[in-house]
Amino acid sequence: MVSHNHTNATVRPKGLSDKKKTALAGYLFISPFFLLFTIFGAFPMLFSFYLAFQKWNGFGEMTFVGVKNFSFIFTDPLFWKSIYNTIVIGLLGTGPQLIAALILAVALNSAIVKFKSVFRVAYFVPNVTSIVAVAIIFTVLFSEQEAGLVNATLSLFGISPVSWQTSEWGAKIAIATMIFWRWVGYNSIIFLAGLQSIPKDLYEAAEIDGAKKWQQFLFITVPMLKPIIVFVVFTATIGSLQIFAEPLIFGSGFREESMTIVLYLWREAFSNNAFGTASATAVSLFLLIIVFTTINFFASNRLDKSGK
Amino acid sequence: MQMQRKKGFVGKVTIHVLLIIGALLSVFPLYWMFVMATQPNHVINKLPPAVVPGDKLVENFRNVLENVDFFGAMWNSFIVASLTTLGVLFFSSLAGFAFAKLQFKGREKLFAVILITMMIPPQLGLIPQYFIITKLGWLNDLKAIIVPGLVNAFGIFWMRQYIKDAIPDELIEAAKIDGCSIFRVYWNIVVPSILPAFATLGILTFMFVWNDFLWPLTVLRDESSYTIQIAIRALQDAYVKDYGMILSGTFWATLPLVVVFLMFNKLFISSLTQGSVKQ
Repeated sequence: MVSHNHTNATVRPKGLSDKKKTALAGYLFISPFFLLFTIFGAFPMLFSFYLAFQKWNGFGEMTFVGVKNFSFIFTDPLFWKSIYNTIVIGLLGTGPQLIAALILAVALNSAIVKFKSVFRVAYFVPNVTSIVAVAIIFTVLFSEQEAGLVNATLSLFGISPVSWQTSEWGAKIAIATMIFWRWVGYNSIIFLAGLQSIPKDLYEAAEIDGAKKWQQFLFITVPMLKPIIVFVVFTATIGSLQIFAEPLIFGSGFREESMTIVLYLWREAFSNNAFGTASATAVSLFLLIIVFTTINFFASNRLDKSGK
Repeated sequence: MQMQRKKGFVGKVTIHVLLIIGALLSVFPLYWMFVMATQPNHVINKLPPAVVPGDKLVENFRNVLENVDFFGAMWNSFIVASLTTLGVLFFSSLAGFAFAKLQFKGREKLFAVILITMMIPPQLGLIPQYFIITKLGWLNDLKAIIVPGLVNAFGIFWMRQYIKDAIPDELIEAAKIDGCSIFRVYWNIVVPSILPAFATLGILTFMFVWNDFLWPLTVLRDESSYTIQIAIRALQDAYVKDYGMILSGTFWATLPLVVVFLMFNKLFISSLTQGSVKQ
């Protein structure tokens, strides 16, 4: 192969020109992605839209049912519950978490803090742990028993035991705590990277002008960090719309208090063998993600304008 | 002056105390998992709660082995994660090289398509994907996890950024004039110059595949094909809940990644920040 190419390059007979060879290599090098994406990405997505209008149990014939699958899930209170749950858990798990991550990043970026790398490791290690392990650990921590560690700790403050797995808010708070715990370090590292790219002389100038620390944070740090904040909010929003493993493992199955959209989808498909309604759920999830992304997009644009 | 210094000192102590409390809260669930992995089951919900390790480490793990094929599942996870990682490194760097350095028609548009695919939620195609795997006869086969994961948009994006900055165009031109085929240029010039990018993308991919849950749960139904996450989930699903045993399983399954993380934490953390800042 080498010698063949060599002759090509020096003698350059009827074969391909150099430019064409480069282009051919280019197409060849990117083709694995497009091949795999067509089979395992694009085709399944399009097929989901098709399946959403069919009735199918996975074995027999498919029958076209129009929008029946959608009217079925849209009249199923559990579907709406799953959307509500997903949004509430998402807000509880990411809102406070991102604020904490930002504060943590500012602290880890401050010159007066010692042992920074130790702290970074300690805060990041939860993210290396798998969701399955996290969900199991927290299932035991948030045990419903009085002697469960969280309940026992709460009782020290005179709070009576909470049934974490089976109560409306208990389940949501516990799942949000898992998300908080697993992602706060990760997001603070991302924020930290952004903080380190802010020029130091901005703060020095502000210092000379007599700006207080909190003023510097509000008027220098936050605006300069805006692209990173937008990125983190985007990824966190999309991530929280896809919550699945935590409620499945923590709620030990498909409990109503912790049913999320993806869990609903998975149950329709692989537990109820209703692949039509499951696909209708997938399509709804997709639309929901588009809505949220658009809201995020406009919100960050507005922020941009008001910042200027 | 004295006042000011004192105020600074108090602030410094406060911030450290808060950071230490946060760090302890962050590490505690993992430590506690280890404690429970060494305790008999009846200790789990006992007052006051156990906070120091017991002596049942070996016994609990033996119970794990009786309930699931732990080492088989670890091996499956290892195979799946390493083959996927190798594939991602090879195919993403090839594609990244093409997008960064090779001229061909539609290059920018095709790259934009790749970026757009990153925004589509994987769950949208989940059900048809499952039936494609069934049709291919790959249900309960590790190929079902490995093959679809061999290359991904993020990997290509990552490699393109790195190759663009790391390798001067002249070097590639010179090699081509010397008669190197384009694949030789990739293999002899690009690959050796992007080892740091390989290391970071490799770690991220390996960790992601090792911890993946939804897709393996969907296509690996037979115990012999379980990855470690699915095996752990099966432990938790067992009829009698022996939490000493279950947490022993999660502990031994979590340990390898945590050890690797502690060894390479600098690389881990810097790779993450690079990935986000360059967006």
